[in-house]
Amino acid sequence: MTLGTMAASVRVPSRTKPTAWRKMMQFAATQPLGAAGLVTVLVMAIAGALAPYIAPYDPVAISFSDMLAPPSWEHPLGTDNFGRDILSRILYGARTAIVMGLVSALIGSTLGAILGVVSAYFGGVIDLLIQRAVDIFLSLPIIVLALVVVAMLGRNLVLGFDFNLILAISIPIVPQVARVVRSSALSIREMAYVDAARVAGYSTRRIIFRHMAPNLMAPYLIMLTAFIAQAILLEASLSFLGLGVTEPSPAWGLMLAGNAVDFYRQAPWMIIFPGLAISLAVFSFNLLGDSLRDWLDPKARLR
Amino acid sequence: MLTYIAKRLLMTIPTLLGAAVLIFFMLRVVPGDVIEVKLRGDGASVTQEVIDAERSRLGLDKPLPEQFTSWIAGLTKLDPGLSMWTGKPVVDEMSVRLPLSIQVAVMGALIATLIAVPMGTLSALYRDSPIDYLLRIFSLVGLAVPAFWFGMVMILLLLWLFNWLPPVIYTPFHVDPIANLSQLIWPALVVGIRYAAVVARMVRSSVIEVMKEDYIRTARAKGLTEKVIIIRHAMKNAMLPAITVIGLEFAFLMGGLVVTEQVFNLNGIGQLFVQAVAHRDFVLVQNIVMFIAAVFVFTNLAVDLLYAAIDPRIRYR
Repeated sequence: MTLGTMAASVRVPSRTKPTAWRKMMQFAATQPLGAAGLVTVLVMAIAGALAPYIAPYDPVAISFSDMLAPPSWEHPLGTDNFGRDILSRILYGARTAIVMGLVSALIGSTLGAILGVVSAYFGGVIDLLIQRAVDIFLSLPIIVLALVVVAMLGRNLVLGFDFNLILAISIPIVPQVARVVRSSALSIREMAYVDAARVAGYSTRRIIFRHMAPNLMAPYLIMLTAFIAQAILLEASLSFLGLGVTEPSPAWGLMLAGNAVDFYRQAPWMIIFPGLAISLAVFSFNLLGDSLRDWLDPKARLR
Repeated sequence: MLTYIAKRLLMTIPTLLGAAVLIFFMLRVVPGDVIEVKLRGDGASVTQEVIDAERSRLGLDKPLPEQFTSWIAGLTKLDPGLSMWTGKPVVDEMSVRLPLSIQVAVMGALIATLIAVPMGTLSALYRDSPIDYLLRIFSLVGLAVPAFWFGMVMILLLLWLFNWLPPVIYTPFHVDPIANLSQLIWPALVVGIRYAAVVARMVRSSVIEVMKEDYIRTARAKGLTEKVIIIRHAMKNAMLPAITVIGLEFAFLMGGLVVTEQVFNLNGIGQLFVQAVAHRDFVLVQNIVMFIAAVFVFTNLAVDLLYAAIDPRIRYR
């Protein structure tokens, strides 16, 4: 092989680092569905953040004169059995859903990723013990695991948010992420640069966080996005069962809980709209997660 | 084969024991239990002696390791203790509700298989065709729609079409099969359709894999019709991974049951579990969780054994 052909076969990286904006444009161009998901998610987040300004009514204001009103110009999505405006409750509910989803998925994925890396790096008995525990947790449906945590912790309101509920949603995520991150970390552990770092005498902590962690960002981000969707779904399910967010906080699952079923006949809008909101949020995050996977990890698509 | 089955059965013991240890001690990390809440719940003034008496009646005054060993000993004799809330034996609480949940789960799995296998196969054979896109949308939507809301929408639909609402009373199959099926088919459809959304994707990818195999090319070269190739050669081999998924994801279906029973007002294991959690009835919670873990472990075992029976290439020592 001559020098010339070798040079041609090596791809020259562009000199300028792509800006965040250009990266996003590239993502939108190659993953239109993912971009649609991202836009929907952003719209929901903004609607939730601006809820006090754009919601037509107070989400907790009870008005018996407006009880069970069908959708109209006044109440676009109708009212519930307490005369509360459903649109306003859904807008405020977006806050709960997105904050709870984001925070729980972040906690769960991060703990899971740390556990996965530790398990892969140390191997041996530590790996064996962690993996057995992970296997056991993975044999349970995530909602069952979340309910076990609810039973274990009870309630604990911190700054208006039920911190124990966040834990109940994040803990089922931990083993799922740990499993995936461990398998990626196992292959990274064998890389020459990890050996080099070890030979250079770096501490274990430095090797894990400075050398292995950056290379695990792609699987971590993919899992994180996918688990925001799962976390939103889980929060809605727990609230529906009466074991999640409590009244009067507006939450989508809560709007379908308890006596909502008494109004199947009189007020189907009480059932339809909150469920649509949950489905749309979960669907968008799933779409975003899938596209992110295809984009960041082209190998996964071929599998 | 018999020794293999025996070996696999023995191997389930450490797994289940590990699950028992984890669940038991996890529930008791945070101090405090239900007894005080139960007896003092209505603001009634109860002396400490009454509380202590109830504790010792339920065996909660003993140290944790002793409670654990007596629980495990009880499990082996199918006597896993007394519910902390009702004080009744856990076995009684669970066995009344079990037939209903098992029936819905099995019906759901059947429905899922009936939907997922043809749908997955067709979309694998006609990739990027409308049916393939339909499957993709179906599985994305199926994963996004919450089980409980899907159930509620189905009830709204049934109400609109047939003026049907979930009956308040459950009719067992042996009493009136028709009334029983007309009651349970809807929750089974709800869990089954969501489950199908997961399984169909797996069936699709396993059929795609199989269609690339040499024996399919050989079958084509022999001049067999496409129908024979697909049914006799491809489907037979593609079903192996599909069975694994159906088995593995059975747990997914059980999770769906927890909320679906609530929607359809069915007094099954799922509803019992939710009540147990709400009451913080640890004994009941740990036993239901162990039951679900056992279902998972044994469906996996059954899937592996089924493999051996179906696939002659797999030899067991």
